[in-house]
Amino acid sequence: MAEKKKISYGHEFAKGILRENPVLRLVLGTCPTLATSTSVVNGVGMGIAATIVLICSNVVISALRKVIPSKARIPAYIVIIASFVTMVQMLVKAFVPALDQSLGVFLPLIVVNCIILGRAEAFAGKNPVLASAVDGLGMGIGFTAALFCMGTVRELLGSGTFLSGIDTMIGSFVDLKGFSGFDFTEAIGKIGLSPMTLFVLPAGGFFVFGILMAVVNRLAEKKGRPKAALAGCEGCPHAAACGKTEKEECEAK
Amino acid sequence: MKFYIALLVMGVLTQNFVLSKFLGICPFLGVSKKLGTAVGMSAAVIFVMLLATAATYPLNLLLEKFGLGYLQTIVFILVIAALVQMVEIVMKKYLKPLYNALGIYLPLITTNCAVLGVVILNIDNISEYSAYGFGFGHAMMNSFAAGAGFMLAMVIFAGVRSKLETADVPKFMRGLPITLVAASIVSLSFLGFTGLVEGLGLLG
Repeated sequence: MAEKKKISYGHEFAKGILRENPVLRLVLGTCPTLATSTSVVNGVGMGIAATIVLICSNVVISALRKVIPSKARIPAYIVIIASFVTMVQMLVKAFVPALDQSLGVFLPLIVVNCIILGRAEAFAGKNPVLASAVDGLGMGIGFTAALFCMGTVRELLGSGTFLSGIDTMIGSFVDLKGFSGFDFTEAIGKIGLSPMTLFVLPAGGFFVFGILMAVVNRLAEKKGRPKAALAGCEGCPHAAACGKTEKEECEAK
Repeated sequence: MKFYIALLVMGVLTQNFVLSKFLGICPFLGVSKKLGTAVGMSAAVIFVMLLATAATYPLNLLLEKFGLGYLQTIVFILVIAALVQMVEIVMKKYLKPLYNALGIYLPLITTNCAVLGVVILNIDNISEYSAYGFGFGHAMMNSFAAGAGFMLAMVIFAGVRSKLETADVPKFMRGLPITLVAASIVSLSFLGFTGLVEGLGLLG
């Protein structure tokens, strides 16, 4: 991050969506990406929940950046993030119980989502409030978009449906007129095919993620940008606590 | 006793933490390049998981008693973070050899989702397995099984990756994509254990 550079909100917003997409370029938040992308509705639900936490925690951390002593910043960040996760968890339980059911343990686990702590460390802790909010929104949309792509492929191939279960998620807020997602199973059944269940299973998650990343790498290569790689020590949110940055012991590279 | 074995089989094979529950993917992809570090990291994870469960299980009873169940997430992550720091300090002072072996992995584990995941799942299991009287002993067993499953996945994957190093991979698949596809195949092989717990009659 260039500290002295003038902040352009458009740039901070757009970078999270494509150029620095948290999942496909920075390889952060892989656990929720793989686990919740079994269907589009699930993945997008997770994406929105994480985006809300990301924006709120970015704003608060940025507002408190001059108050939080740098040595105690990681615990402070974790407390702030955990508070917002608890709030989101309670809101989801109250208003979208179906999402709470399908996300299960991954809803409280937003606390340890590397994207959120990573953005706190890399951006919100050093930049003003508005820029941090825009950064959080961009990164959140990038995360949601990646989950949408993964979810679309896995749901179409794995269950032969698209947007299934949308009525249980937003049905109580929007009148969907009985729409509950597209179901192609009958149509493909007529030509003697059935969905490949493998794709909703964990193995399919790894596979789709791998292929998607290869496609994105290819596109990045065409534009002369480096391949996605697991963040080295600079990008590791634990680098400060770890203290192994200078030595070779850090294995995350 | 049967239920303890069922928990072990589930944690290690049928519901492997990494390969079927997607918890702890970051260290799985990041630290599995060499066998030695993979084993060290997994040992540290097992250790912290057991400690965290021992600390959070009674704490949860206390929270429930005062009707503060909603504070679970925030309390658990703080306890885990504090615990890891404390263990590191104590280990450094009194257990130097152990610290030399596991110490460098400890800070990385604080925010590892596998550890927070296992303590939350243990609490969820109380109601899910209430028929079997899921208690403290079961929670500890479950955590150990989860950690052992993590270790198994790491060790297997370290082997797979050492083969990948020398494989002739298409250019655009090199690096992470091929690693993920390899993980997919390893995960696929674990599907073979589906139904093992029921088949052995362990959950009867």
